[in-house]
This record gives sequence, structure tokens and C-alpha cells, in this order.
Amino acid sequence: MGVVGERLQPSLFERSRPGRGDGKIPHPPQDALDRLPGPARRREPPALPELNEPEVVRHYVNLSQLNYAVDTGFYPLGSCTMKFNPKLNEWAARLAGFAALHPLAPDAVAQGTLRLLWELEGALAEIGGMRAVTLQPAAGAQGELTGILMIRAYHHAGGDTDRTDVLVPDSSHGTNPATATMAGLRTVTVPSAPDGGVDVDAFRAALGPRTAAVMITNPSTLGLFEERIGELLDAVHAAGALAYMDGANLNAILGRFKPGEAGFDVMHFNVHKTFSTPHGGGGPGAGPVGVGERLVPYLPEPRVLREADGSFRLERAGERATSIGRLRSFVGNTGVLVRAYAYIRAHGGTGLREVSDDAVLAANYLKHRLRDAYDLPYDRACKHEFVASAASIRRRTGIRTLDIAKRLIDHGFHPPTIYFPLIVEEGMLIEPTETESVETLDAFADALIAIAAEAQSEPQRVRDAPRHAPVRRLDETTAARQPNLRWRPSAGGVMPCPD
Amino acid sequence: MPYGPHTGDDRARMLAALGIDSVDRLFDDIPAHLQASELRLPPPEPELQLSVHLAALAAENRTDLASFLGAGVYRHWSPPAVDQILLRGEWYTAYTPYQPEISQGTLQSVYEYQSLMAELTGLPVVSASHYDGASATAEAALMTCRQTRRARVLVSAAVHPHYRATLRTYFGARLEVDEIPMAASGDEAGTLDLAALERLLADRDRPVAGVVAAQPNFLGLFEPMDRIGELAHAAGALFVAVVEPVSLAVLAPPGEYGADVAAGEGQPMGIPAQYGGPYLGILAATDALVRQIPGRLVGLTTDVDGRRAYVMTLRAREQDIRRDRAASNICTNQALLALAASIWLASIGPHGLRDVAAWGAQRAAELESALAAAGAFRLHPGPYLNEFAVRVPDARAVHRRLLDRGILAGLPLAAVLPDERGLEDGLLVCATELTTPDEIARFGEALHAELAASAATDGRVPVGARSR
Amino acid sequence: MPVPAELRYTKDHEWVRVDGEEATVGITEYAAGQLGDVVFVELPEAGQTLEQFGTFGVVESVKAVSDLFAPLSGEVVEANAELAGRPELVNEEPYGAGWMLRLLIADATQVGELLDAAAYEQLTTEA
Repeated sequence: MGVVGERLQPSLFERSRPGRGDGKIPHPPQDALDRLPGPARRREPPALPELNEPEVVRHYVNLSQLNYAVDTGFYPLGSCTMKFNPKLNEWAARLAGFAALHPLAPDAVAQGTLRLLWELEGALAEIGGMRAVTLQPAAGAQGELTGILMIRAYHHAGGDTDRTDVLVPDSSHGTNPATATMAGLRTVTVPSAPDGGVDVDAFRAALGPRTAAVMITNPSTLGLFEERIGELLDAVHAAGALAYMDGANLNAILGRFKPGEAGFDVMHFNVHKTFSTPHGGGGPGAGPVGVGERLVPYLPEPRVLREADGSFRLERAGERATSIGRLRSFVGNTGVLVRAYAYIRAHGGTGLREVSDDAVLAANYLKHRLRDAYDLPYDRACKHEFVASAASIRRRTGIRTLDIAKRLIDHGFHPPTIYFPLIVEEGMLIEPTETESVETLDAFADALIAIAAEAQSEPQRVRDAPRHAPVRRLDETTAARQPNLRWRPSAGGVMPCPD
Repeated sequence: MPYGPHTGDDRARMLAALGIDSVDRLFDDIPAHLQASELRLPPPEPELQLSVHLAALAAENRTDLASFLGAGVYRHWSPPAVDQILLRGEWYTAYTPYQPEISQGTLQSVYEYQSLMAELTGLPVVSASHYDGASATAEAALMTCRQTRRARVLVSAAVHPHYRATLRTYFGARLEVDEIPMAASGDEAGTLDLAALERLLADRDRPVAGVVAAQPNFLGLFEPMDRIGELAHAAGALFVAVVEPVSLAVLAPPGEYGADVAAGEGQPMGIPAQYGGPYLGILAATDALVRQIPGRLVGLTTDVDGRRAYVMTLRAREQDIRRDRAASNICTNQALLALAASIWLASIGPHGLRDVAAWGAQRAAELESALAAAGAFRLHPGPYLNEFAVRVPDARAVHRRLLDRGILAGLPLAAVLPDERGLEDGLLVCATELTTPDEIARFGEALHAELAASAATDGRVPVGARSR
Repeated sequence: MPVPAELRYTKDHEWVRVDGEEATVGITEYAAGQLGDVVFVELPEAGQTLEQFGTFGVVESVKAVSDLFAPLSGEVVEANAELAGRPELVNEEPYGAGWMLRLLIADATQVGELLDAAAYEQLTTEA
């Protein structure tokens, strides 16, 4: 029995039959489009599939069952914080008052949402120890771009235009260097210390009058708190640079460490990680950014403002000349932010601290359970996630982390993040989150331990995994060499339609 | 903690296994002087109380108004099947399909989204989604710079002001943006000034990477897209079309008029307005640009047994592999919204999509008549699909007062285009298949009453006003 | 794996075949094996000038990407157009049909800075 459904589906286009599915919308008068000018008109209607509703439902319900999800099982994908997504929050985001509100509706019409956003900004500022927060960025990566553009604007405002370098540790998320490039800056990669932490001396050597920013993930992508973070932040500021915190791993330190208090100048929050907004098969997220006093003038527009009479309004375009401008249309991914707000209100300060306590306890417990079967290259108290490695297993048996990940599928689990951070040989980054029971943690540990034994006793079985999934390992090479990125009728001839 | 499973015994068992007496020991690595001050947040709200609180906040918003507001975000009917399917946890509680063997649902749905958008846009390569229309447009412009190795983009002043602002932010640090003005008068008023475009393209010292224009444009008017494309290409630049997906049921697709890239806002395809997002950034391109398009791509392939299967492909363009040389920093995208758009399109079908577009045109024409009868005439002579601007003296004040009469009278253009001459008194209004004849009549009557009232106050008679 | 004796090598696993004023450049079998299935090769256009040990392109496999470094300074005479449609040639015939560039050598003395086959073989067995 597989962990997901088995019914592969033909494509929407193969299901299509001319004439099906008409009739949901009344037909407009024949002459409705007569005023369209000839050159602007479409000559051939788009060849979209024609289906009736039962078929649409069956197609998508069957497809959904081919997915593994948090709602169906344990999903310990390191760095992604796959915690439970409360159903109340889905309900709230769909309330007509929130869902039907147009983003250009006058402030007077939008007071409920504006209040919610304003309160959420305040809560995030408190959690991050920051002076102010913008809710505009649509995802963490856009939050990074926002932060780095603000840092650049800050240096430029001080006449400091030579600062073009962004320092990142080699364990960083790929978004950090990619962001530096988008902001027109240069990435300088600093190697990690042998204990997995930032190498403060290496950073000191790399810091200088050309350093604009240092981007740090804390806890690091290895799941370790940066014990020397204070020293590092002092060195960054002594060099005239600013410090950016990638908040991807905030789930470990709620109520325990406030980046702004410790000296970070700017950070982003990943609300789909820390505050339980759903991951949506890849998105949407939201990436609010908190800033210290120095960067407040550069926040993107529009900010949410509270007037003296207690009402709320959006900042007008151009109202704050120092702003870096807009990162996207409208105020932000408000629907996502409603869910994050609900999560924070459900927990309060004590509940959020408990979230981190339980997430960290679960990670340490799971790490402890795997101690004898896997390498633990950084064996000290971890935060909400940890790195295990199959390097010894590979040397002994030839079985790689990829094989172990695929075999976990047969055991009913979603694999952890593998081969990240890039600096760990045969690494797997495991993040259990606080919403998984001890029984689940034990069952997952038992599976990983069993696979380690299988690698020795029945390696072919591990290499052939997964067996209990709707498809087996894929031909990714052909997919990349001869990309087929859209349905064409001939595509069906190449491969049999699965239904 | 409301959603945590651990009992006191569970915690005790885990602590005992670790040989520690308190979870605090696991935070000993945070230096004492850096430990957080107390989290001062409102106390936890149990779900019952929280649900009442959230419903009260939602009720503070007014969504009961007869709305004629579009300006990039459009109200459309969505069959209930769309949201019911979307609410399945297998969709919204999964993440990026890193493990294709247990993510075929998401992967096939993304592949189908790419295919649907390729049909609509006439461009074969579609990324698996961007944040919204504005950031997709900025990414499209960046693509033209990478492909041509040039550093200057021209954008029409009739592209949505938020998109232009976003483009400036994305480009600000290292690339140039120049605006192509709109024609101020004549039959082409409110559309891109072709002569100005030719002049801007002629600057040999500052070669142009891409030209960006919208169809329909922000004012609802049609641009001469084929001509703009010709001029761009003649100058060695690429052509980016900013599109609205519902209109593509009846308007020429970008692939047909020579666009190299299409970008646009996918919100009209079954996604609620929800005060700004999450929406869906559409980005489509020609085959020649497949290695420049940022964001995820899903391809069709086979598994080791020869079964049809889907997988993320051309991954080496992305940030997690190429790091500082990635095509973009995008990671989390808008996959769930791409799914919503696909289900919406599958549910209403090609005929339904055409009907939605045609109803918009029909109701907008009725709206034009009703507003003219009230004394508010169009600002521009050119044809439109379902959105247009009218002149209303003291538009912002009238707009405000109409709220009290239950009418959301579109968008006062001065609020978003303060520097554009001739639009100071403009109201941008739209209609869709959800706009009713009754709402149109109420808008006309309310506007007539307002204009009559202001005429009575300042002694002027609104031009062309007549009683109804 | 055998390393052709007549070629010279960089530490970054490019090979170069010197033929009068011209040089042909590719990546070694060892490098192709480390990358796995090559799916894309990005090469410069003819006429571009390369600096010794500067990057001249990128080679991608399914899940990795690697810079290509010029063994010698010179002007690109031709890039292997065949690789656009058949990147697998880099894996199948790294020293033959999987070649990447032909260069007009700017400074023949630079050849002395490259590894010979024995030194390169040493490098790959240590790794």
C-alpha cells in the first residue's frame, strides 16, 4: 500500500470533448463584442479543454491524492517548517469581508483589514525586536530583496556608494546570493568554521569599506544557533556594514532570541514557515520585513498608518520620499497575512514560546534516536532541525542519501531535505516541527534505522525505491535535455495515456 | 499551545532520553546577554473566541457596495467547485514537489497550468508562477536585459502604475527605465505615443533591451501591439506584453503579435480580491528565452518503468543551484493560485471564458450609456473592452460621497496618476459579468444626483447633464 | 580512467589540444563523470576574447552547475554548435565530439602553465 493514491490521470486536454461543460454562464447578446477593433481581436479561440463539472472534480480529486501532504503524514522537510495548518485560518481568510475586499478600496471601506495589518505589523515587530515592519513582500526571497535594497539606500543616503559587497556564509540559502545579484551587489562567500558556525575571523577578514551587508541565517541552515553572533554583529557594525537576518529558521527561537535586540538591522519573516500559513504546493507565502530605527525611512510603500483619531490608512504614493518604492502591486499578500495574524492571536506570547520549545525538543529527541544509525556531523544541541549524514553508510554500502530518501517513501514518510546545506556530504536536513507527536517521531526514527540496516542487508531494495508510489524514479535527464513544458496532442502518442 | 500534541508525560519522556531536566538546557547556546526580553503580545485566544474576533474584523470592511472598481483586479464569478477542490489538504498542505514520486498531483497540475497559459498567450514556455502581475512584469523586463545584454527598458506610461513602480524598484540599483508617454489628444489619446517610442528607441548610446506595453492598457484602451512589437524588434529590443488573462479569450494573443514575453496578473481567473493577494504572476515566453525565464518549470518525462510522469526541470537556472548567478531569487511562488486558475479555466471552459469577456464588454457599454446620461462622458475616444475612464468634475470628492450612496465608483485617476495631464477629473470604471443592470442604474442615478447637487452648490450645470 | 597523453589540462578539469596556432578545449572524462548527465552547455560566441583561467561558459547537469575556465588566452574561433542539441556528447565523447571551443592562441608560452597528463592523472586520483 502506497502512502498516496495510485490513480494516474490523463491530462485535462485528453479528457476534453467538444461541447462539454457549457452552460454555467448565460450567453451574452450576440453583438456584445461588435465594438472590438479588428486588429485587437483574436482570430482562433484558445484551444482550452472542454469538461463537465463531474469530470473536473474527479480529475483534480484524483490528482490531489497523488500528493503527499502535511494533512496526510509526517513531512520533515528541513528548512521548510511543515507544521500543521490550522483550519480556522482557512475559514477566516474566506470570510467575505476579507476575501471580497478590493485592494484599491478607499481606506474608509477597509478599516477591518487595515486594523488587522497594523496589529500584525506590531506583533511581528515585537517578535523580531524590530522598530517597524513592512508586510508588502510576497515571499521570503522578496523580503530579502527588500532588505538589501533598503540597506543599499541607507548607504547611498550617507554618501557611501562604494559598498557593493554582500557577505554570506557558504551554508546560506541560495536565495541570499541570488538576492545580492538582483540588488546589483556582489556576493562574497565566507567558509563556515569546522563546528558549522560562522567563522568570525574569516568574516572579520572579509569585512571592509566595500561591505554593504552581511546576511546570516540564525539558527543556521545546519540547525545550530550561532553562538558567536554577538561578536559577529559587533564586527559588522564596526566595519560600517549592516546585518541582515534570514528569518527562515525563526520557528526555533520565538520568545528566546529577538534578532533586533541582538543587533540585527533588518530581517524577514517566512509566515508560511513560522506562522503556519499553508505552503500551497510551492506557495503562496508572504515575507514581511522588520527593520531597526536606521532603516525605517527606506521601508517600501505603502505603509499602514494609524491616524490620531484611531482610524487606519494606507500611505499614499510618493508620501515618503526616502522609500525604496514598491516591490509588487498593492499592499501585500493580505490573504496570507490574515492566516498569520490568526495564528499569532491563537498562541499569544506564551504559546509562541512553547512552539519553539516543543519544536526544539522534538528535533533533539529525533536526533538522539538516530545517533547510532547515522552520522551526526554537528553533534551538539540543535535547534528546530538538524543535519544527519549517510556518508558512512555510503562508504560501507554504496547506498546514498538519495536512495535512503526514496526508501522512506516506501515506509510511508516524506523524505527530509537532502543535499542541503551544500557543505555537508550526503546530508539530510530533518525538521520535525512542534505539531508531530512522539509516536510519529518514533515511527520515523524506526524507519530511518531500518533503512540503514537494509542498506547493509538488502541494498538493491533501497536502490530500487520507491516501490510503493504511483511512479518510480524519473528520467530527469531527458526532461532537461528535451524539455516538454506544455501539452500538445502528439505528446499523448509518445506515452500511453494512463487511464 | 493550541495545536501541539505533547502531554506533560511526552515532554518528560523526551527530556529523559536527552538526559536533561528542562528544555531550557537546549537554549543554553544563546549567550545570556542576547536572550530575548519577554514577548509582549495579547494573551492567547481560544479558537471560539478567535473566530468571533476575526468575524468582527472582517465585518468592519464594507463589501456590500455596488463596485465598479477594477484597475488591475477584477471581480469574477467562480464556480464553488473551484474553492472546494482547492480546500483539499493534499493541495494546500504540500510544498514544492522536490520528491516527484509523491508529488505527481502538484506536478501534473502545474504542467497543465503551463499548457493552459501557453494556449491563452500563444507563447510556449510558461513559468510555474510569480508573485503577481507587477513582479512578473519586472522579471520579464529583467529577462530582456539578460538576453540582449543591454541595460535599458522602455515602459509605456499606460502600464499599471504599480507595475511601473515595481519595475523601477527592481531596476533601480543597476538598470535604466524610461517611460514612453501616452498620446495626449486625438484618436490615440490615452494610448502609447508611437512617435515618442521611435525617438526613445533611436538613442544609439543607450540601446534598448525591451519595450513594455499593456493590452488592454491601464485606462482600458487598446494599444497597437503589432506596431509596437515591430518598432522594438527593428531596434534589436525584445517586446514584453502585459496582458489580462480573461480578455485573451477574445483579444489577439501575445504570441500572435510578436511579443517575446507576456506578463500579467492571473487574479481574474477565479482568485478573490482579498485586498491585494495572494495573486498569480503570469510569465510566458518564446522558446528562445527558455533559459532566461525565472521560476520553476515542470516537464513531462517517464519513470524507470516508462510510465508518464512529471518533474521539475531546468532546475540549474534556479537560486538553490546557481546561487548568485541564478535567473532570479524566486523560491516560494504562487503554486496554489496557479492551481486555482487552472481549475477555474477547466470549470468554465473556453466558451465560458469567452462569455465572461463578452459580458464584461456588454455591461461596460451599458455603464457608459448610464454614466453619459448622468453627465459623465468618456475621457478617450478609442474603443475599450470592459474598463474606461470618464470625466467627473471634482472626481475625488464625488467618489467619496458616492460611497455613502452605496456605490464604489471605480478609481479616481488622480490618486494613482497624479502627474498625468488631462486625467485629474478622471474616474476609471469597469464592469464584469457580475455587474448587474440594477447596479448600473443605481450608479447612474447616484452620480446624477451628486452632479446635480454640486451644480446647485456652485451654480454650474454639469455639461451634458440631463434628467433620466 | 585513461587520460590522453597528448593533451594539457587545467586544475579545473578542462583539457586543451594545441594544434599550431589553434587550440581545442573541452572538459575531461573525470569532470563529466563528476557532473553526471550534462543537459546544457553555455558557450561564448566566436570573436570573443578569453583570458587564461577566466570563465568562458557554464556546464549544467540535472542538479549541478559548473563554471568553465579557459586553459589559454585567445580569441574564440568556433564554439561547438552541436552541443546545443546534443549536450550528452560531453559525457559520451569528452575528448572527441564533446569538444567545446576552438581558440586562436594569444600566447603560446601559457601552455607551460598547464598540467601534463601525468600531473592531471595524479590530481584526479588524489581527489
